[in-house]
Amino acid sequence: MKGLPPVLITAIVLVVGFALCAVQFPNIASTRVVGNLLTDNAFLGIVATGMTFVIISGGIDLSVGSVIGFTTVFVALAIERWGMPPLVAFVAILVLSAAFGAAMGAVIHVFDLPPFIVTLAGMFLARGASFLLSTESVPITAPVYSTVSDFALRMPGGGRLSAIAIIMLVILIGGILLLRLTRFGANVYALGGGRATASLMGVAVGRMTIKIYMLSSLLAGTAGIVFSFYTSAGYSLSAVGVELDSIAAVVIGGTLLTGGQGSVIGTFLGVLIQGMIQTYINFDGTLSSWWTKIATGILLFAFIALQQGLVALARRPAAKRAGAIS
Amino acid sequence: MENSLDPAPPLLEVRGISKSFGAVRALQEVDFTLRAGEIHALLGENGAGKSTLIKVVTGVFPRDAGVVRLGGDEVAPRSAKAALDAGIATVYQEVNLLPNLSVAQNLFLDRQPMRFGIVREGEMRRRAKALLTGFGLDIDVAAPLGNYSVAIQHVTAIARAVDLSARVLILDEPTASLDRHEVEILFGIMRQLAKRGIGIVFVSHFLDQVYEISDRITVLRNGRLVGERETASLQRLELIRMMLGRELAETTSARAAASDRPPREVCASFENYGKAGYVAPFNLELRHGEVVGLAGLLGSGRTETARLVFGAERSDDGQARVEGAPVRLQSPRDGVRHGFGYCPEERKTDGIVAELTVRENIVLALQAKRGLHRPLSRREQDEIAKRYVKMLDIRPPDPERPVGLLSGGNQQKALLARWLATSPRLLVLDEPTRGIDVGAHAEIIRLIRELCDDGLALLVISSELDEIVTYSDRVIVLRDRAHVEELAGETIDVTNILAAIAADGAAMQEARA
Repeated sequence: MKGLPPVLITAIVLVVGFALCAVQFPNIASTRVVGNLLTDNAFLGIVATGMTFVIISGGIDLSVGSVIGFTTVFVALAIERWGMPPLVAFVAILVLSAAFGAAMGAVIHVFDLPPFIVTLAGMFLARGASFLLSTESVPITAPVYSTVSDFALRMPGGGRLSAIAIIMLVILIGGILLLRLTRFGANVYALGGGRATASLMGVAVGRMTIKIYMLSSLLAGTAGIVFSFYTSAGYSLSAVGVELDSIAAVVIGGTLLTGGQGSVIGTFLGVLIQGMIQTYINFDGTLSSWWTKIATGILLFAFIALQQGLVALARRPAAKRAGAIS
Repeated sequence: MENSLDPAPPLLEVRGISKSFGAVRALQEVDFTLRAGEIHALLGENGAGKSTLIKVVTGVFPRDAGVVRLGGDEVAPRSAKAALDAGIATVYQEVNLLPNLSVAQNLFLDRQPMRFGIVREGEMRRRAKALLTGFGLDIDVAAPLGNYSVAIQHVTAIARAVDLSARVLILDEPTASLDRHEVEILFGIMRQLAKRGIGIVFVSHFLDQVYEISDRITVLRNGRLVGERETASLQRLELIRMMLGRELAETTSARAAASDRPPREVCASFENYGKAGYVAPFNLELRHGEVVGLAGLLGSGRTETARLVFGAERSDDGQARVEGAPVRLQSPRDGVRHGFGYCPEERKTDGIVAELTVRENIVLALQAKRGLHRPLSRREQDEIAKRYVKMLDIRPPDPERPVGLLSGGNQQKALLARWLATSPRLLVLDEPTRGIDVGAHAEIIRLIRELCDDGLALLVISSELDEIVTYSDRVIVLRDRAHVEELAGETIDVTNILAAIAADGAAMQEARA
């Protein structure tokens, strides 16, 4: 039940939108295009999965774009300049980003600060740190990168399901299971329903807050690694604004920005919608790519209005009851 | 029973609990005893200390003195959760559950049945269903709690508390938002739980319900224990006397002479004024130089009447007149425009702005009345502030001090000064002496009478009947959201007011059914 109707609407928007695109450009309806879409948006899907947990819990994480940027630079330097084996570099950055998220969660809980402010500080910190490491784009030439880039599952119709798309899908499924089936997931919803109440009901609010931001940063770090596979480089200016793209995907996916309701699958649909708009613009060829942002903006407005409408509808029976008593 | 030498200790024993907030003594050496299997009503007017007592017992507030024993063992919970673990559960009027989660998740949050790290959803729903069936509820436990009525949410909260092995169940105003039928269901559950040996504390201001359900009644007043009685042997009139108190009954007719004075001009009148579900339509005339008191129990419609008069709530129907001319009162702005002032009951939240200085608080309403385009110069502000600080004897006499640092009595005076600065024709005072020490009390009352002698019309709400009797020219008695009686001149005394409040509750029953 939770969050299903908005998800359905998102799914309908995606299907109808895709159909319209396919009518105009029949080539869009191919596994090749869909495969590329998944590959191009793999990092966004991963980071938006983490963002979904944060937003359902009633928070926000503005630092994820910067964490991706930092990760690409760190990984590139670690492999190319410091001579670290790629796997060691990956583990190191994942531990680092998880610690970073845990620290933000701890600050939010201990000092009772708005997540917006704390993660905004985190955003500047991570971005600044990546400039400190290097201001230039560092190409990655390690053999593992070309291996991963070359790897792909063939899909019927000539499409390729790349390694990073597979990583994204695995994380997505993991996210769905974590949110739906575990006590951790239930507590995420509980926090979004009301921190004070959840605490009264026995949820360890502090520990949950730390874990949620840790998860978000960990997934941002993972997205950073995936992004470095995607571009085969580390650059301190990469993934600027991705935190906003991922928030947009989460909201379009039917998650309530005020927390308490939402789903990972909805977020995935939100990512696909953004990817679809981009694909359409690429096919058209005459439109500026900034139309992606405009279309995303319009969709965001539409979905926020829709959510407000649904919330108002949900409140109406209560109002009717109050009227009946008088 | 036979073993009288070693009687079982009471389930919950509270002895000598005291609690102060700053200078305000919210609880003074209060005792409370709850026996297993009884339903015990905890009564008192606003500010009597019921909520504070509950919060101190459940560890939400630390206590200054006293002991709490549960089943003979001393307990000192530091938080609501610790109290719950010890076996004391509280269900508040606002249900403390999560409306976005399913009913089942609410019942089993943080203690869901698990297997291999996965919540056993089916098992959890089965158990939730079984648990609620025991409470007479047959609902879809997979649906979000928010989809259900407040009554069902209350029962769910109670079920959760009981399932967490609560031995003491505190229900704080559980019936306030329930209709008659839902109240019956709740009472059925309460009786059933009492039969199982759970002790239930029932806080309510619906006296009919108290008489219907409770075995025993404890009354608090002004943070002190007034007494504990068996419900069956306690007359309603006596109960109301306990709640409202009447230690100073001799002072009754202090103002009786007022009725000899010639009738004065009507300042404002309200005809057939009322709002459905808020307060029943009433007629009210307020004259210059006259104090009208509003008396009644908590929730009887006193504050509601005041808010309608001021324009803070809109009347469904009826006509308001100011100095004989019909006016429309749609908002507090309208009230201020027609020369009305309103000092609300909740000084801290609705009245003063604690961070601003005395001067800024005093000129607030006057500036609002003049509008932004005609700002008061600093000189004018200083002058006004100085005048009222002197006139009302606000202490310390420093207009630049933040109001939050003043004592309750002086805050109240600053609030009065704010409205006096607008030279109002009608001032509405809601509990002007609440939470003020005795000395300041007398001063506020003296002020009220002086203001009235200067030709102001006053409408004053108070739970202190002796006070009302002291300064009122007329007293309007409210019961169950309706004006039921008007007393004037010689007939104003505490006994008559009590009689009017206590008049048979049968009519009330009917109205709610």
